[in-house]
Amino acid sequence: MQCVVTGGNVKVLAKAIHSLSRIGDELYVEPQQDGLALRSVNSSRSAYACFLFAPLFFSRYSLPNGHDFRCKMAIKSVQSVFRSLATLEKTVEKCHIELDEQKNRLTFTLHCKHGLLKTHNLSYQDSESLQAVFDKEGCGNVFRAQPRLLVDTVVHFPPSLEEVSVSVSDNRMWFRNHVDEEERSKAMVTELCLASDEFDHFAVHAHNSVTFCLKELRGLLVFAESTGLPISMYFDEPGSPVVLSVTDSVLEGNFVLATLSHDDHSFQKNNTKGAPTAPPPPLDDFMNDDMDPYLIAMDTSMAPGTPEASSALTVCSPPQTPAANHSTRLHCEEEEEEEEETVDSDRPPNKKFRSLFFGSVFPSQMSTQPLPDQDVLASDSEEDDS
Amino acid sequence: MKFRGKIIDIACLNHFSRVVTTIAKLTKTCVLRLTPDNLFFVLSGKVANGGVSMWCELSQGNFFDEYQMEGVSSEDNEICLELSPENLSRALKTVQNAKSVKVKLTKKHCPCVTVSAELPTLSSVSRVVTHDVPVEVIPRRLWHELKEPSVPDFHVSIYLPPLKTMKNVVDRMKNLSNFLANLNGEMNLKIETDLVSVTTHFKDLGNPPWGGGSEGGADPEGMAEARVDIRRLQQFLMGQQVTPTKAMCNIVHQRILHLVVLHDDASLQYFIPAVA
Repeated sequence: MQCVVTGGNVKVLAKAIHSLSRIGDELYVEPQQDGLALRSVNSSRSAYACFLFAPLFFSRYSLPNGHDFRCKMAIKSVQSVFRSLATLEKTVEKCHIELDEQKNRLTFTLHCKHGLLKTHNLSYQDSESLQAVFDKEGCGNVFRAQPRLLVDTVVHFPPSLEEVSVSVSDNRMWFRNHVDEEERSKAMVTELCLASDEFDHFAVHAHNSVTFCLKELRGLLVFAESTGLPISMYFDEPGSPVVLSVTDSVLEGNFVLATLSHDDHSFQKNNTKGAPTAPPPPLDDFMNDDMDPYLIAMDTSMAPGTPEASSALTVCSPPQTPAANHSTRLHCEEEEEEEEETVDSDRPPNKKFRSLFFGSVFPSQMSTQPLPDQDVLASDSEEDDS
Repeated sequence: MKFRGKIIDIACLNHFSRVVTTIAKLTKTCVLRLTPDNLFFVLSGKVANGGVSMWCELSQGNFFDEYQMEGVSSEDNEICLELSPENLSRALKTVQNAKSVKVKLTKKHCPCVTVSAELPTLSSVSRVVTHDVPVEVIPRRLWHELKEPSVPDFHVSIYLPPLKTMKNVVDRMKNLSNFLANLNGEMNLKIETDLVSVTTHFKDLGNPPWGGGSEGGADPEGMAEARVDIRRLQQFLMGQQVTPTKAMCNIVHQRILHLVVLHDDASLQYFIPAVA
C-alpha cells in the first residue's frame, strides 16, 4: 500500500486524525477500493467515527497487492506524527504512507522543506473490520448547517457537559443539557433554540428528541470548522443513533453517536410564559431497561470457522421498541481476537452516563447460526451510500 | 413573589457580568437579595466559610433598563434567594453579545433565576438561549442574618495600594499573613514562619477622611494589626478584575479586616476575621 498526500491535504489528514482521537484510543486503518478508511470507536461502543479519503485526495494511491488489508494502531502514535498543525502547514510538503507487511509496520514519511525527511515507523496490529453499518439516507430528520452555527451553539454548554438533548419541531431545533434525575434540583439547565432558517437544510419528519454525548461531537466540530465544510445531521427516534457528517468531493467523515433510548426530555416551547412545566416522566432505571437491544451485535460470520461466533452475539430478546421495521439500525460488525470478545460479551454496560449503545436489532432471537442473519444484515456496501 | 429585569446596554451587561464573576470567585454560594432599588449579594459570616462575610451592593438602575419586582409581601417587599454565583456567572458569560438579556424569577422543576437572552443572528428569528439557575428561597425568618453589616469601630482606615501589586505580593506569601497598617498611610504585609519572616512595606497610601480612629485621640504612628488567613485575602484579590474607583481597608485591631472596594456602579465589602 502506498499513499502520498501533498500540500494542504496533509493538514486535512492530520485534523481528521486528531478528530478521531477524540473518539477512541485506536485508529483502524483500511485501504479500500474507494479510498482510505480511517476509523475509531470508543470503549463503550457508543460512538464511532469514520473518515473515508477518496483516491483523488491523494496524489498517489495504491492498494496492497491482491488482498484485503486492515490494521489498527494506537492513535496517539499516529497523532505524534502530525503533532503540530501550524508547523505542518508551514514545512511539510508531502506525506508518504507506506505499508511494510513483513515488519508489521506503517511508515509515515514527512517530506519537509529544505530536503528534510522525517520518518516514523509505526507498528500495527492485525484487526478485523470495524464497520458500523448505518443508513443515514433512511433517517427522517435531516439537517445541514455551517459549522459556525453548531460551534456557536455548543459554546453555551460547559466543556465538561456529557449529554445534550436535541429536539425538533417543524421549524425549530432546541439544544438542552441533559440532567440526571438526582441532580435535577441543583444543576443549571441551559437551552438554546435555533430557527430553521439558520440551517442550509432543515427537514423534519417526526418531532423527535434525542440525547447523546456532546463531548464526542466536539472533535467533528473542530474538523468542520477548520475545513469550512457544512455539517449534516441525521436522526430518528430516541435509541437510534444520530449521524453527523461532513462531505466534499474527496472525503467523507461520519460520526455516529448512540442516543438514549428512553428520553424523558420534555422540551419547552418558548412560548410558555414561565408557567410551571409538567414534571418530566421519571427516567426508567437503566438496569431495568431491556438492555439487550442496545448491545452491539458482534457478528462474527465473516470470520470463517471461528468457534467463538455464537458467544459473541450478545443480543438476545427481540427489542421492545418498534424498531424491527426501522431501517436505521446500527450494526457493528467486528470480529475481534478471542480475548476481546469474551470481555465484551461479559461486560455490563456500566458506564456512568447510562451507557448508550448502538441500537442493534435482530428480528429473530439470538441465533447461534450467524450465517442466516448475514443475509438480513445490511451489507458493507451500505456504508458507502451517500 | 415576582422578579423581572431586562438589560439592553452591552456595557451594563458587561459590568453586571463582571460583578457576578467577582462574587463567584469569592464564594460558592451566597444570597441574592432583591429590593425595589437594589440588588445585594450577601454572604453572612458563618463558621463554615471561615467566618468571612461579604456584602455587595448594586443599584439596579445602573444595570437594568427594566426592573420590576414584588416581594414576599407589601411590608416585606424583598426577595432573598440562595444560589451559586458560579452558575449565574457562567450564564451571563455566554450571552455577552446578546441583543437583550432578561433575568427573572421562574418556577421550573424548582425555583430558578432564569437568564434568557436574544442572540444576534443572520436569520429573521433571533436565537434564544435560556439558562435556568436553580435557587432556594430564603424564608423571612432568616432574613435577620442578611442585614448589612455595620462598619466596625476600626482603629485604622487606609487606602489600599494598587490591587495588582498587592496581589503579586500576597501570592508569594503562602502562610498566615499579618496585615499591619497605621494612620500615617503606611501598610505592612508580613508573613512569619519558624524560620523566616518577610515584610512588604507600602508607604504613602493615604487615609480616608473618616479614618481618625474611634476616639480621635489615637496615636498616628501606631499600627493596627490583624492576622488573617492569607488564602482569604488571596481569594479577594483574585476576584477583582477591574481597577476600582476606590479600595480601602479598615482594621479593628486583632479582630477584623474590613476590605471595601468601590466602583462607579457597585460596592463590595469583605470582612475577614482575624485569627489568633
